Amino acid sequence: MAAITASGLVKTYGSVVALDRFDLEVQQGTVMGLLGPNGAGKTTAVRIFTTLLKPDEGSASVLGLDVASQATELREVIGVSGQYAAVDEDLTGFENLDMVGRLYHLGATASRARARELLERFDLADAADRTVKGYSGGMRRRLDLAGALVAKPQVLFLDEPTTGLDPRSRLAMWDVIAELVSEGSTLLLTTQYLEEADRLADEIVVIDRGGVIAQGTSEELKVQVGGEHLEVALDDPADLATAAAELSSLGEPSIDEVRRIVTMPVRATPGLLTSALRILDAVSIDVVDIGLRRPTLDDVFLTLTGHHVAEAPEDAELPS
Amino acid sequence: MTAIARAIGDGVVVAKRNLIKIKRVPDLLVFTTLSPIMFVLLFAYVFGSAIEIPGVSYREFLMAGIFTQTAIFGATITGTGLAQDMQRGIIDRFRSLPMARSAVLVGRTTSDLVNNVIVVLVMAVTGLIVGWRVHSSLPEAAAGFGILLLFAYAMSWPMATIGLAVRSPEVFNNASFILIFPMTFIANTFVATTNLPGPLKPIAEWNPVSAVTQASREMFGNTSPLFPPPDVWPLRNAILASLLWVALILVVFVPLAIRQYRRAVAR
Repeated sequence: MAAITASGLVKTYGSVVALDRFDLEVQQGTVMGLLGPNGAGKTTAVRIFTTLLKPDEGSASVLGLDVASQATELREVIGVSGQYAAVDEDLTGFENLDMVGRLYHLGATASRARARELLERFDLADAADRTVKGYSGGMRRRLDLAGALVAKPQVLFLDEPTTGLDPRSRLAMWDVIAELVSEGSTLLLTTQYLEEADRLADEIVVIDRGGVIAQGTSEELKVQVGGEHLEVALDDPADLATAAAELSSLGEPSIDEVRRIVTMPVRATPGLLTSALRILDAVSIDVVDIGLRRPTLDDVFLTLTGHHVAEAPEDAELPS
Repeated sequence: MTAIARAIGDGVVVAKRNLIKIKRVPDLLVFTTLSPIMFVLLFAYVFGSAIEIPGVSYREFLMAGIFTQTAIFGATITGTGLAQDMQRGIIDRFRSLPMARSAVLVGRTTSDLVNNVIVVLVMAVTGLIVGWRVHSSLPEAAAGFGILLLFAYAMSWPMATIGLAVRSPEVFNNASFILIFPMTFIANTFVATTNLPGPLKPIAEWNPVSAVTQASREMFGNTSPLFPPPDVWPLRNAILASLLWVALILVVFVPLAIRQYRRAVAR
């Protein structure tokens, strides 16, 4: 059964089209990664699913509840953690979570107990009674995520949960999310990090300029760009053409002058690398590096959109 | 739980959160208290030496005016607070929770009322020190403060509407000053309206600030038969006019503020 659906969502801000006939279906108990650069429309989509924004056109629902007509019921079953940790700096970690529990109408006792439990779980127990002002970026994000989990929501929305975090905090956050995933929550995760989607999501939807441009598992997307490649880096650029000609028995080579490499799509078989080396050794070409390369999601993005994910400037985020 | 009980409960949770903030970050309370004290001292000693009000000492005349001005300044805290919550994404969090749509605003305006009670008390003490006296009975004086606080509460709602619309505390402060200064100065707060030039006079006479000032002046007994209010309805019936203004402001701005909240999305 589909836990999250969207059909034909359109949202514009003045002349800027944030979502352009956006469709999505997320099955219950799975993790959907919404991957795209800044300004692609990811945050807008999440805001529509979480009832913060009304779409100009189209419809969306979560667990069968319509975002427009059943917004109140919908809010009971979802948890949201946004791009910017929406925690109150002047309250303690405990007070933040306790307040959220009460606003979910869990009652005073249950709210307090749940707050302590989550603080413990997210490694914030020691900081529980300090004001959030003194928390690090990673701690704030964990507290914000804890806030999203207070009412044990059936569907969780995480909007760029690791954007702006240092690598260590990011890894810690991934562990936390992976644990949630293993418990079987339905999760919609937006990210501009390919590695993040690859690692956490069952299925990935690539969006660019407000529309879906590809969809599938990480493996399926990689297949769209082609399978494995043999990549040979040479010392002398003058050898590139000779090397390409010699190696053409293994696949159709292409040359990258700048990086001084010859690449070709191949079917990975045992002994492939050895044969390639033998061929090149026979014509006395010096090899700097050789290897099999699987396409990354960055390759997927480049193939689909014509630009790298990282190319989108940081400040291109729409009035989201 | 009925919807209304739930809405009240949610409002209480939000109000409690704001009160914790006042306790933890008292700067705002300190400055909202200091600025009216400064006004009392400036006007009492600078203008007081130049302005004559027949039958009443200027300091006694002045206090009701400053109280009303303070009520409006106090109401701006609502707008600043909401704009700050917008900016920090807290409103987004609230809006994604299954809480009453009115709760954030009801909680905020209620906690700001508590703030205003504290400020008005501090002001009253300052007034007493510089020579202000209440010449009426205790219940009348209490009614005078009641009208001021009601007006402050009502004014919180237009401030909330503006705060949610501009979404940044800095912009809100600038925007609200443009509203507050004419509103509190083109009135009977600091000078008598009788000598105001042409078009300003009717504006001052029908200004809600004038009605509230006149009403609390009467309640505190800071008026004199030698200096009757101008012969216009809102100033001759200042208490009724003040209550009508409060009702009108609430009827217009409570729905507007809630509508703004429902549509509010942080940048």
